[in-house]
Amino acid sequence: MNSDIQTIFDLSVTGRTGYSLPACDVPETALEELIPSQYLRTEAAKLPELSEIDVVRHFTGLSKKNHGVDGGFYPLGSCTMKYNPKINEDTASLAGFTNVHPLQPEQTVQGCLEILFSMDQMLAEITGMDGMTFQPAAGAHGELTGLMILKAYHESRGDIKRKKILVPDSAHGTNPASAMAAGFDVVEIRSDARGNIELADLKSHVGEDTAGLMLTNPNTLGLFDDHILDIAEVVHQAGGLLYYDGANANAIVGVCRPGDMGFDIIHLNLHKTFSTPHGGGGPGAGPVGVKKALVPFLPGPTVVCEDGSYRFAESVSNSIGRVKSFYGNFNVIVKAYTYLCSIGVEGIKDVAQVSVLNANYLRVKLQDYFKVAYDRTCMHEVVLSATPQKTANGVSANDIAKRLIDFGFHPPTVYFPLIVHEAMMVEPTETESKETLDQFISAMIQIAHEAQDNPDLVKGAPHTTVFSHFDETQAARFPVLIWKSDENK
Amino acid sequence: MAGYIPNTKEQQQEMLSAVGMSCFAELFADIPESVRLKRQLNLPSAMSEAEVMGHLRKLAAKNANTEDYTCFLGAGAYDHYIPSVIRHLISRQEFATAYTPYQPEISQGTLQAIFEYQTLICELTGMDVANASMYDGASALAEAAGIACGVKKRNKILMPQSINPMSREIVSTYARFKGNEVVNFGYANGQADLDELERLITEEAAAVLIESPNFFGSIEDIAKAAQIAHAKGALLIVSCDPISLALLKSPGELGADIAVGEGQSLGNPLNFGGPYLGFFAVKEPFMRKMPGRIVGKTLDKNGKTGFVLTLQAREQHIRREKATSNICSNEALNALAATIYLSLLGKQGLREVALQCTRKAHYAYDLLTQSGVFEPAFSAPFFQEFTVHYKGDLAKLNTAFLEDKIIGGLDAGSLDPAFKGHWIVAVTEKRKRSEIEHFVQKAVSISE
Repeated sequence: MNSDIQTIFDLSVTGRTGYSLPACDVPETALEELIPSQYLRTEAAKLPELSEIDVVRHFTGLSKKNHGVDGGFYPLGSCTMKYNPKINEDTASLAGFTNVHPLQPEQTVQGCLEILFSMDQMLAEITGMDGMTFQPAAGAHGELTGLMILKAYHESRGDIKRKKILVPDSAHGTNPASAMAAGFDVVEIRSDARGNIELADLKSHVGEDTAGLMLTNPNTLGLFDDHILDIAEVVHQAGGLLYYDGANANAIVGVCRPGDMGFDIIHLNLHKTFSTPHGGGGPGAGPVGVKKALVPFLPGPTVVCEDGSYRFAESVSNSIGRVKSFYGNFNVIVKAYTYLCSIGVEGIKDVAQVSVLNANYLRVKLQDYFKVAYDRTCMHEVVLSATPQKTANGVSANDIAKRLIDFGFHPPTVYFPLIVHEAMMVEPTETESKETLDQFISAMIQIAHEAQDNPDLVKGAPHTTVFSHFDETQAARFPVLIWKSDENK
Repeated sequence: MAGYIPNTKEQQQEMLSAVGMSCFAELFADIPESVRLKRQLNLPSAMSEAEVMGHLRKLAAKNANTEDYTCFLGAGAYDHYIPSVIRHLISRQEFATAYTPYQPEISQGTLQAIFEYQTLICELTGMDVANASMYDGASALAEAAGIACGVKKRNKILMPQSINPMSREIVSTYARFKGNEVVNFGYANGQADLDELERLITEEAAAVLIESPNFFGSIEDIAKAAQIAHAKGALLIVSCDPISLALLKSPGELGADIAVGEGQSLGNPLNFGGPYLGFFAVKEPFMRKMPGRIVGKTLDKNGKTGFVLTLQAREQHIRREKATSNICSNEALNALAATIYLSLLGKQGLREVALQCTRKAHYAYDLLTQSGVFEPAFSAPFFQEFTVHYKGDLAKLNTAFLEDKIIGGLDAGSLDPAFKGHWIVAVTEKRKRSEIEHFVQKAVSISE
């Protein structure tokens, strides 16, 4: 390993320790008398040997190399990087939630069950669904679970020819990947000139082999598909079901509900819309909601309330079966529950309204400097395109993204959706102030000017970071995925 | 009430004017009139911060927690000691409030921590490559089985009854929808019945699954299972307990092709079942079939060593329906906790934890089986968890324990009726000799 990077393995000093364990107070029988030696290691695992302060300094040092929401604006489109309230962390850290075993007797976990029961009711109300499962650990896990439910529903009716899931070309990559994992074939549907699903293309693809359509609405272009009722009718008339990818639910909470638009199955990302932190890539939570006819297919167990006490109801025979151990990412659910208690019915519609306002403010202020991919009112995010910069001066979306880092901003999502060239997907969220948005706008305008006047400045960015322009091709061609000691290199 | 919205009403109005609108309704003009909500949602009213805290404290107080209760329950989630350092470090906002490290220039902290995590998991499991984490141990096992079917272009998965029933259900759910078939086989003396496996396995088998220590706590004969699987060209997938690997031979050394497992015990709280983390590691030939994020080392344009997400041509955001898995978000912060845990405990500490678990579990086992009330269920070797047979009502026994603030073992019949009368007891390094002795005395006195 080069000397410029120190891993925990480089820091290791033989014989150093950083733990505090009680002395063993039971007879110290030789290990070989307890477990036959054929099962035992002959050589200890080569774990590092560090003191407590070594570990604290090392990981504190690593943390300083990260950009988080608390550190600055993070307009990563489709990820809803809103502020993560601190009280959520405090409530979720109570010993009565963290130190509870999932298989304890029901009478000892009434508080946990009450939260699951209340969240079921609240999220069903917010989305217009009739029942929820909290097992899915993330959005993609929710998609997989929802599609299993969809498939089990068709199969229960003997309708086994429905093998195809329709997915718009603007969809998240997880949509087609989840459809394959649930054993479907994927059919891609074109988007029209306004960024909606092209109705004619949809109509030409639905039929008796259609299992369902997966749709994000507002979609990944940040646009509300205003043909949603027609779409729902076309799919339902063909005998298919509608799946709602809740990645963009932040735009509509309290304003409208997927259940009223014709969706049969939904998932929500509690780590997006409901303010729980992303943790550098998880844990999330992707609860799934369904309409009444699909409730029997939910994975079990679900929580029921009888005479003021809560218990698990085992799943019925139609259930798809468990998709995760226990009851999902419970501690994440506690944070989302805390958030709902904090904002309440009074605050939920503001989330959608202000997130949509903030995105449109960016759209209007930046439309003279970048191409707006679809020239219409956007929802919670706006998709810009750097094609003018790319064509005129060879400055790409990625260059602009990297240049934004020099201004202290996390870049937007780039090169997605795939149907927009040089895409930059900007999602400000409702928790950013006008002042922050204005700073971001002036940085973007400055970069637009730089792209014209000094394109190499933009192409060489970032300039202010310790690292710049990693060789990703080399990383993939000759993968080095674990640390090796000098003698083992 | 907290809206977490900084813009004042005046600023909002000013911004509406800037976009050429007079009211919020205009922003939502694309939503068909008939589906716009014309009522307030039926949700509770907002509370102040103090009220929220009070409300959640009350709910938390309705649960028995393992600070107040002595826990002998395991079955996939274990009450190990968690060093204070972990909570402090993973609470740092730079780790907690960041997203997936898509921009390596400003994500080196997360990326390097994942690289270190991958190395630690490979060292413990004896494998060549690990990913950045899966949802939990059981879903990692289910994904591994699916990937084996893809690699082998075969569709049968052989799974013993000695695997945790919840994990078996998850494997079966995943397999059923993907069009793969699970062939179940039994157990003998608390271990997978490898004679039955040998009779059942054919060249249609993509994978044999083994959990070790298994649901009953028994250590499995992984080497023999590997021989049987490989003889028919199938992969061996082993689900293992990472702490046990401080003492036990690694699945890699014993012939496993894929090693997965539940990483909760590495510094993650019980959390009523989640979030936990699944670890996932393979031998090199399967590197490009792995699900999920993988971090690799590389150089930047100035020749500085750093880390990036790599081998992304497997993943859903690049490959869409051709991806090896649909996984996107994983359990990064839990994997960070595991990395810090293993760094603190280190070479000596993890062995000490594992040794104490083994000795304390065997001490409890000896006292229980010598009491005359509990019969040994099996004679297979075990690590920190074991199964005894009880003639009485296990649900009643466990309820009676609560009076003494003890959380008893698992009534295995509650998860699978085939296991009626089996009581599965876990004893971690946290248990004191006095607690173990009190637990046994209480068990005996309840039964009298």
